Amino acid sequence: MAARIEPIAGRYVHLTLGGRHCRVYFEEAGGGIPLLCLHTAGSDGRQFRHLMNDAAVTDHFRVIAFDLPWHGKSTPPVGWENEEYRLTTAAYVEAVMAFSRALDLDRPVVMGCSMGGRIVLQLALDHAADLGAVIGLEAADHQTPWYDTEWLHRPDVHGGEVCAALVSGLVGAPAPHEHRWETLWGYMQSGPGVFKGDLYFYRVDSDFRDRVAGIDTRACPVHLLTGSYDFSCTPEDTLRTAAKIKGTEAAIMEGLGHFPMSEDPARFREYILPVLDKIRAARSTA
Amino acid sequence: MIERLFELVNADAALVRRGRFLTTDFLVEVGDEPFHISVQDGRIASVTRGPAAARPWRFAIRASAEAWREFWQPVPRPGYHDLFALTRFGHARIEGDLLPLMANLRYVKEVLETPRRLARSA
Repeated sequence: MAARIEPIAGRYVHLTLGGRHCRVYFEEAGGGIPLLCLHTAGSDGRQFRHLMNDAAVTDHFRVIAFDLPWHGKSTPPVGWENEEYRLTTAAYVEAVMAFSRALDLDRPVVMGCSMGGRIVLQLALDHAADLGAVIGLEAADHQTPWYDTEWLHRPDVHGGEVCAALVSGLVGAPAPHEHRWETLWGYMQSGPGVFKGDLYFYRVDSDFRDRVAGIDTRACPVHLLTGSYDFSCTPEDTLRTAAKIKGTEAAIMEGLGHFPMSEDPARFREYILPVLDKIRAARSTA
Repeated sequence: MIERLFELVNADAALVRRGRFLTTDFLVEVGDEPFHISVQDGRIASVTRGPAAARPWRFAIRASAEAWREFWQPVPRPGYHDLFALTRFGHARIEGDLLPLMANLRYVKEVLETPRRLARSA
């Protein structure tokens, strides 16, 4: 009997980011409208593996997820050993757009989660003409910090253990055991200080409260989906943000937390498939 | 519920192993009632109810009886499902020396969540 082999293919692309050479890993599956997926802080593109194995998605979308430099199978740039990693809004926008150009993606739909959900708002502001739409999962224009990020990178506390233990509560209470722990495994594997460095973007360099009203959803449609169990980006944070962006479609996903695509793929698809259908319908009539 | 930690934790070999590097005393307040939890190499050595004057603890977790009742539901509702969700929304407070807590966070969180199993099996 033939082994089960998934349709996901992984490759490496070489980019220049911030003037430095970066070897970036990405995976993709399917064909059609490019759906570029952005992982959460301190994790990597594996979070989208269920979406890439879902024919209801891949029959119509080319699903692509890349690991930011420092994450997953992407290496940090040469010289990393003497640096403190810190993601900024400008560097994040540059990475997404450089990746999209390198793969020659035609107006990709960009879907990001958590910090990826935050950056799609800036992408919609800066690059509306280059994008088909954005989907922000667990996205808002700002968050109130709920713990001290110093705990994430210090020699007397194991980074992988504490990162996973901190975010464990962000998984929805009903999430299946298998998917809860696979999601947390991603956090246990993050490099030292990488989650903390991502949170520099998330906590310090991305207060978009005064900017998001400038997004033109006629040029770049915006969809926001947030889990009811998310206490980092709360449903209230998302709905407040949606109210500022005219034409935004927002929904709260009951029973889901901060990692919907990986923590409970079956429940997530009930919410994401109608959004993807709507994007596809709008694209075919455009 | 909190008195049951002694049997719930010590009967769980994986949980005891997870806490094998932790020996400490911490305080859990359920409303006005203090409970001193003594941990020895991941095992619960004792759970002592009452004010026990001048008894030391490294860190304390304080919440109302109502908040703990919600927290210990088999599938708690949003906001009551995690120790830090409780603190984020003002239902609980954490005080004291956080190093033993953060260095053993998965263990301590799972210890505090063990009473959920009683409701599940009831």
